[in-house]
Amino acid sequence: MAQKLYITTSPHVHCGDTIERNMRTVIWALVPAFIASVIVFGAGALIVTATSVASCLFFEWFITRFLLKRPSTLSDGSAIITGILLAFNLPSNIPLYMIVMGALVAIGIGKMVFGGLGNNPFNPALVGRVFLLISFPARMTSWPVPHQMAAYADAVTGATPLNLIGQIVGGNTAAADQLPGLKDLFLGNIGGCLGEVSALALLIGFVILLWRKVITWHIPVTILATVTVLTGIMWLINPVLYVNPLYHLCAGGLMLGAIFMATDYVTSPMTAKGMVWYGIGIGILTVIIRYFGSYPEGMSFAILIMNAVVPLINNWCKPKRFGEAAK
Amino acid sequence: MSFLLTAVLVLGLTGLLLGLVLYAVSRKFKVEEDPRVGQITELLPGANCGGCGFPGCAAFAEACVKSESMDGIKCSVCKSEVMQQIAAITGHAVEVGVAKVAVVRCAGSCANRPRINLYDGAKSCAAAALMNGGETGCFFGCLGCGDCVRACKFDAIHMNPETGIPVVEQDKCTACGACAKACPRMIIELRNKNKLDRRVFVSCVNKDKGPVAKKACSVACIGCGKCVKACPFEAITLDSNLAYIDFEKCRLCRKCVDECPQHTIQAVNFPPKKMASPSESQQQVPASENSVEQLKAEI
Amino acid sequence: MNTFKIGGVHPEPNKLSAGKKIETLALPNQAVFPLSQHIGAPAVPCVQKGDQVLVGTRIADAGGFMSSPIHSSVSGKVSRIDSVVDASGFRKPAIFIDVDGDEWEPDIDRTDTLALLCTLSREEILDRIRNAGVVGMGGACFPTHVKLSPPKDCNIDVLIVNAVECEPYLTSDHMLMLEHSDEIIVGVRILLKVLGIDRAVIGIEENKADAIQLMQSKTSMVSGIEIMPLKMKYPQGGEKQLIEAVTGRQVPPPPALPANVGCVVQNVGTVFAVYEAVQKKKPLIERIVTVTGKSVKNPCNLKVRLGTPVSQLIEYAGGMPEDTGKLISGGPMMGRPLLDDKAPVVKGTSGILMIPEADAVRRAERNCIRCAKCVQACPMGLEPYLLATASEAGDWATAEENWIMSCIECGCCQSTCPSRRPLLDWVRLAKNRVGGIIRARNTKK
Repeated sequence: MAQKLYITTSPHVHCGDTIERNMRTVIWALVPAFIASVIVFGAGALIVTATSVASCLFFEWFITRFLLKRPSTLSDGSAIITGILLAFNLPSNIPLYMIVMGALVAIGIGKMVFGGLGNNPFNPALVGRVFLLISFPARMTSWPVPHQMAAYADAVTGATPLNLIGQIVGGNTAAADQLPGLKDLFLGNIGGCLGEVSALALLIGFVILLWRKVITWHIPVTILATVTVLTGIMWLINPVLYVNPLYHLCAGGLMLGAIFMATDYVTSPMTAKGMVWYGIGIGILTVIIRYFGSYPEGMSFAILIMNAVVPLINNWCKPKRFGEAAK
Repeated sequence: MSFLLTAVLVLGLTGLLLGLVLYAVSRKFKVEEDPRVGQITELLPGANCGGCGFPGCAAFAEACVKSESMDGIKCSVCKSEVMQQIAAITGHAVEVGVAKVAVVRCAGSCANRPRINLYDGAKSCAAAALMNGGETGCFFGCLGCGDCVRACKFDAIHMNPETGIPVVEQDKCTACGACAKACPRMIIELRNKNKLDRRVFVSCVNKDKGPVAKKACSVACIGCGKCVKACPFEAITLDSNLAYIDFEKCRLCRKCVDECPQHTIQAVNFPPKKMASPSESQQQVPASENSVEQLKAEI
Repeated sequence: MNTFKIGGVHPEPNKLSAGKKIETLALPNQAVFPLSQHIGAPAVPCVQKGDQVLVGTRIADAGGFMSSPIHSSVSGKVSRIDSVVDASGFRKPAIFIDVDGDEWEPDIDRTDTLALLCTLSREEILDRIRNAGVVGMGGACFPTHVKLSPPKDCNIDVLIVNAVECEPYLTSDHMLMLEHSDEIIVGVRILLKVLGIDRAVIGIEENKADAIQLMQSKTSMVSGIEIMPLKMKYPQGGEKQLIEAVTGRQVPPPPALPANVGCVVQNVGTVFAVYEAVQKKKPLIERIVTVTGKSVKNPCNLKVRLGTPVSQLIEYAGGMPEDTGKLISGGPMMGRPLLDDKAPVVKGTSGILMIPEADAVRRAERNCIRCAKCVQACPMGLEPYLLATASEAGDWATAEENWIMSCIECGCCQSTCPSRRPLLDWVRLAKNRVGGIIRARNTKK
């Protein structure tokens, strides 16, 4: 016998899954939303996404190479996803230096200070976005109106559906007339952050993720269901002040957050039961912030707050053990 | 002006009230602690190594104060002077133990013990030892995954990348026994430190029959028993094909070292002998003044 | 179609040797019989160096109730009683016999005629099974007579025959069913008689359609034996999973036994061995072994005398491929790695698998990304990521609180982990330690 045999305990085969494969699938699932954003916002969408991805990759490389002095982790693809998701959470006319700052916070403070992918308690892209939202509230909450294909920083801005919903709740019921139609809302013919405008494109991404078994249905479905139920109740109570729940589903970052941000592996719970509770929590917080908070959109804060609760959820929600009921 | 006054008053009163509550609580729930526990804890090394058998240094200090005598309560890390100080605080007599040091009883380096398989599982000796005999034909020797290195709280044991076997830095070793406990093969033993750190020990734990052991490792103990006969102090015993030197009985005469056909018995930190032949000199241990580098080289 | 509910994975089936007729391997020159081929106390040798033995001569007695005797599979002279590195990876005591012919013990019936009638009493049957050294042939090697003597307070109502063979690559049970269906049915009826019940279910995964059809046609006239096709999912052949798939009952966590939910599970190979032991007085001296692997020239199913060195089987299958990186005794999910090809075939060797080096070498492990795929895959409803981390940190209390003793070591978690973490290595370590702690606690009480 010539060759030295390897010895390990079982199992001796692997299904072939890798981190890279999962990350690649997520990137593919984000492509429809990216195409939608380019159609709606034109050049601005391209510039913002390219800058965000490039700076996230740069900071990841820089930090692993010079500060942590570890082998590069660029190839796992998580920095690309953070870059895309950060860009998808920004308006298309945001200055470049802000994107770079957001990327630094996302990768540096959101991920690498905790020891890299797998150890971060908060979704890195959302950490970057919330940092920008608090630091530059004016730039972060003025969104260009759609279809200014060549415009970037000079794009004309306008109110988004969520702004209008906020105004209605504030008593300006006349704003209801400015609300776009549900069809425009669903297809993405509205103002807003890059990636969040087209609910249709995001749902296509959801189907891809489910089909490739990257995520399970639990988190997105429970978030959307919770928001529908809560806003539906309020709508039934006072249809003049509170809009149809379908508006809430399609407006703002709800779809993007529920499908791509809340389902982030590292920062979501481990068990199906935990995922359901996590989704319900995000849904409730989102509705509260949307209706009663000072920001029009509550998705990012809701996800970050629930991220902080995940270790507790993991402790409480154990999977159903085999033979437990019989005990 | 009035709103300023209101703010100051409200905040001041709240502060005062909370302060009173804190004071009351601290008085009511005050824990009476023997001041000696604190004194002893300060004397202890504070590494919480667990070598004494208590969960950490504070628990050890408490045990010192509470128990009737110091029998069986001993910090292996502290020097004997420190133990005397502790004894002075508690008022109990303390037995002065013999200084010990961890000794790695395996010399199966890559050269002496060729690898016949490749281990590819979790990097833990304990996990590897559960599964099978390891990468070599010797099922008793060092597995080389470094559980002992991770167990050491004093940075006193390291893997030698050339031999794949851990090396103890005798100056740093406090004989807490954590490495000996971590080793699934029970290769590491606490042995008397002796004068000038001189030690004679069988550097093998292989209990296989002679031919099997010899085939697996060129420096394995084959259980021939020559050392047993050579020892004038009856310090060496042979049990299931393996010689063992009782360090309480050994007088460091080194007769066994010359007798061992496998060069399994090692004598460390002795001055060089007058060499009988050049071939033997390679196995003989060079002189050393407690130098760690030399110790590494020889093990 | 039935299957178990929690977790499970779908590894590539790779049944390369399916449909290959069972061939008989030539006698070895020397046969080696390790004394611990089963769970429980090792057997005690009852021959000495120089003794002449026949095929079927008992060479070692059971070392207690939870043990099993060992018989010579060859005729020849005991050359030495020494030690050998067996499939467990450790050096174990063993009896070496030099072969000089093929002379059988006279009272063994060597004909192929089907012996339908069994007039023996329950005790006589149990005695024959015990004396023939029959153990579970699925791989765990639990002494069969122990399993057939369930605790008095358990009401057994169904015998489940495990013909699932959910391990990839292996086909020995499949071929056994195709070639010896009648014997298996007689074996099932003998077992029903021993247990004093009248219902048996043979669980077969749907990928063995020919076996399902054949067994169904043979059992259509027999009352009390039901063939249940099962949906393909690993680890359906696990005792607890199979019980759930067939009856819907869940066995409570250890120390509960399948008998506590009224079930006794026997592997189909064991049933065949029971038939031979009871009707033919033939002790367990040979078994069907699948020799397979992606680069193996001639994957095959061999009828092998126990004690034959693995190298002889590999030779028959076309030699060990150049690119072999791992040699495994058993299947790829739960088999044990062999250190070399000198190990002998033992009672539990269901297959010899050669994995190419490219597949054998594990990829570098990365941080856990908490994707929860291991939690989804675990058929016992455990959290492998948590157990592995606790084990790495030596936190045995957390491991115990999180049901580590329920782990069946099926390997689903590790085979799905995208970060390639050696989850099961760690879980196995913690299981070993926690088991020790629990035993120590129980003896203290």
